Amino acid sequence: MADISLSGAAQTVDNIQSTYMAQVQRRRLYGGLNLLIFIILMVSGFNIADDRNAGGFWDGLHQIGDYPADVLSEAWEKRADLPALIAKYFPALVETVNIAAVSTLIGAIGGLFLSLLGTRGLAKWPRLIPLFRRISDIMRAVPEIVIALVLIFVLGGGPVPAMIAIAIHTAGSLGKMFSEVAENADLKPVDGLVSTGATWSQRMLLGVVPQVAPNYVSYALLRFEINIRASAILGFVGAGGLGYELRNSMAWGPGRFDEAAAIFILLFGTIVFFDQVSSRYRNRLTEGQGQ
Amino acid sequence: MLKIDTLTKRFGDKTAVDAANISVDKPTMIGIIGRSGAGKSTLLRMVNRLSDATTGTITYQGEEITALRGASKRNWQSRCAMIFQQFNLVPRMDVVSNVLHGTLNKRSTMVTMFNLYPQADIHKAIEILDRLGIAEQAPKRAEALSGGQQQRVAIARALMQDPKIILADEPIASLDPMNAQVVMQSLRTIHEEDGRMVIANLHTLDTARRYCDRVIGMRDGRIVFDGTPAQLTTGVARDIYGAGSDFSEAATSTEIETLDRPELTPAAAFA
Repeated sequence: MADISLSGAAQTVDNIQSTYMAQVQRRRLYGGLNLLIFIILMVSGFNIADDRNAGGFWDGLHQIGDYPADVLSEAWEKRADLPALIAKYFPALVETVNIAAVSTLIGAIGGLFLSLLGTRGLAKWPRLIPLFRRISDIMRAVPEIVIALVLIFVLGGGPVPAMIAIAIHTAGSLGKMFSEVAENADLKPVDGLVSTGATWSQRMLLGVVPQVAPNYVSYALLRFEINIRASAILGFVGAGGLGYELRNSMAWGPGRFDEAAAIFILLFGTIVFFDQVSSRYRNRLTEGQGQ
Repeated sequence: MLKIDTLTKRFGDKTAVDAANISVDKPTMIGIIGRSGAGKSTLLRMVNRLSDATTGTITYQGEEITALRGASKRNWQSRCAMIFQQFNLVPRMDVVSNVLHGTLNKRSTMVTMFNLYPQADIHKAIEILDRLGIAEQAPKRAEALSGGQQQRVAIARALMQDPKIILADEPIASLDPMNAQVVMQSLRTIHEEDGRMVIANLHTLDTARRYCDRVIGMRDGRIVFDGTPAQLTTGVARDIYGAGSDFSEAATSTEIETLDRPELTPAAAFA
């Protein structure tokens, strides 16, 4: 701790002011250049993308509302049928939510192990940390839909391939998020448990999991919401559930838009519902009411 | 100038500040003492409008502070600087930037984002740092400084606001005795030279006695003493702290000289 009087004579205030101003000006110059490069890249990138597009962004812009307008107007004409259609598709919705729930659960368990084995300071085999990290990278790098397509080809259509596909992706991405939380965990309790002769699994279970549990549950709930959407989309490639019905009714074109509208309402309602429920639970967990 | 009228703050069923009345008619250096949990911090936070009062009013030069909203509330906050126990600087930014944060109320977000503070402000910030004896630290990151230096940066940020009132919430509680003395002396100098009102929460009696013109004692949210340091006898202090007859002023002291005082026995120090 250098005190005032010791170094006071070394530099005059004028000197410090001019040095600092020069530093500020250099920083401003870099900031301005960065901003300029960013704008140039954005504008030129947009133009390139627009040129390569078959239709063109500006030509197609005014048609953007046409399809939703068709769906909405047809659905409005047949609005009397909507409740019956919603009831008809409710089982498909349950299937979709089921796929999401099971795959989140399995994925979270996989992510837990991947994260604990891939975090410095916690890993059972420190040398294998890169291996577990790469495994989790690969699991989340491959899109769910690709895994699902392969599995549907092998196992045939249905909810099981979708569930496996989403679980693999979930394990990869939760493994990454979990390990970031685990990196910030306090290692003192772990040291305490090591000093009593606890095994690795006991140390993790008693020393790390209680610290990270609120964050883990919160991330898993967020992932559950994402997985509901993912499992609806996988229906498009034949994995069953709400997405399958939606593809059918959309592909048939005008005449069955009322069904598409009913499915959209169901999907939207479900996502809003689970979003509300999980954000409430997440708030409770992160604000520490569980203590 | 500053008038606090039956100011009350409740958290649930707990009353943190209970009908506090304080009236100040000229810039004074005021020390508020009391045990932790007596409501000292809550009181200061209400004056700065960091938290809202449950009932009661604060008036400054005829303007009702407790009724301010939005931009006028932020403007009041810029006129009433606050210094915190844990300094509350932005650790990863350099010292001058932290001091320039004192001008944020006058600057737009865009100006702040692109670091376009006027040269005059930057020069003024460094002059203030020089006045507090830490101009050499100007380009360093705030987190690289020692506690005493960080607290002086926080004082510089407060001075940059050019405030009428400086509130200091336990400004020396995280500092060693040497740095505590430097920081308290700086606050006293600011009060004497600039004529700014300083209200400081202190947890040691001798600091309040030594640096303040007026001492306010709080206990369980109530103001139980308001007078000059001379009126603050050991008996009164025992009342404020709710201590028994084994209490001596030296027990709370952070002064170096008290170590040499004969009456302080080891037993009293741990009482």
